[in-house]
Amino acid sequence: MDAKPPPLGKKAPRPRPLSPNIQIYRPQLTSVLSIANRATGVLLSLAAIGLVIWISAAAAGPEPYAVIQRALVSWAGQVVLFGVTFSFFLHLCGGIRHLVWDTVHGFELRSIYISGWSVVAASAVLTATAWAAGLFVAGSR
Amino acid sequence: MNRQSFRSPLARALGLGSAKRGSRHWLAERVTAIALVPLTVWFVASIIARAGSDYTAFVSWLSTPFASVGMILLLIALFHHTALGLQVVIEDYVHSGARFAAVIAIQLCCYGLAVVGVIAILHIAFGG
Repeated sequence: MDAKPPPLGKKAPRPRPLSPNIQIYRPQLTSVLSIANRATGVLLSLAAIGLVIWISAAAAGPEPYAVIQRALVSWAGQVVLFGVTFSFFLHLCGGIRHLVWDTVHGFELRSIYISGWSVVAASAVLTATAWAAGLFVAGSR
Repeated sequence: MNRQSFRSPLARALGLGSAKRGSRHWLAERVTAIALVPLTVWFVASIIARAGSDYTAFVSWLSTPFASVGMILLLIALFHHTALGLQVVIEDYVHSGARFAAVIAIQLCCYGLAVVGVIAILHIAFGG
């Protein structure tokens, strides 16, 4: 919301109290995960474009598919893919946490911190497991 | 901002302030989220199982009825969820007249990309 300038008067009104804004608020697990869920959502939207490009390349034939595949196995491609994998699991776990909240469960401060750290831990473990499995499968071919 | 002009005076009077569409958006975001849990987990597991496989192996998997149906469902749920989510992000941060245009652009892009993806799957499935 844009703040409106105070009405013109003889005496300047005392500035209204403002809620602390994001730049001066100490980061907490709750706020960081809230922002992370949104940020990963936006990032995964970009990944979704990549998914369509990838499928379209497969539909177009072996040569276009090979171009995409080369980009994906490159150093930069693997870094991006790793970031997308972690974003996916964070958004998935964070999303499941939100769905639980929608059933009006887990709103106690203690529960919120337990579920929050669980989301962080699960995302890290799932990302590591997915990459270990992927590298193992690719290596055993 | 003259978005009010899109609504008839009757529609404005009947609404009593609420557009009565927020709950539908909220619910659709949850329904697509629930659908995306099994679909995305299946997709990631399938990709891991095919890591390092060549074009022929990938396309032959994608052309099986199970995989093509799964991928089409994934694309529909994914882009519906993406359109709903990005709309909220825009509504939170864009306060100028560009908001309306941005929301329309997001929806056109998302549903356009979903159609492109679905056609690509069908092309692979039915012998491109």
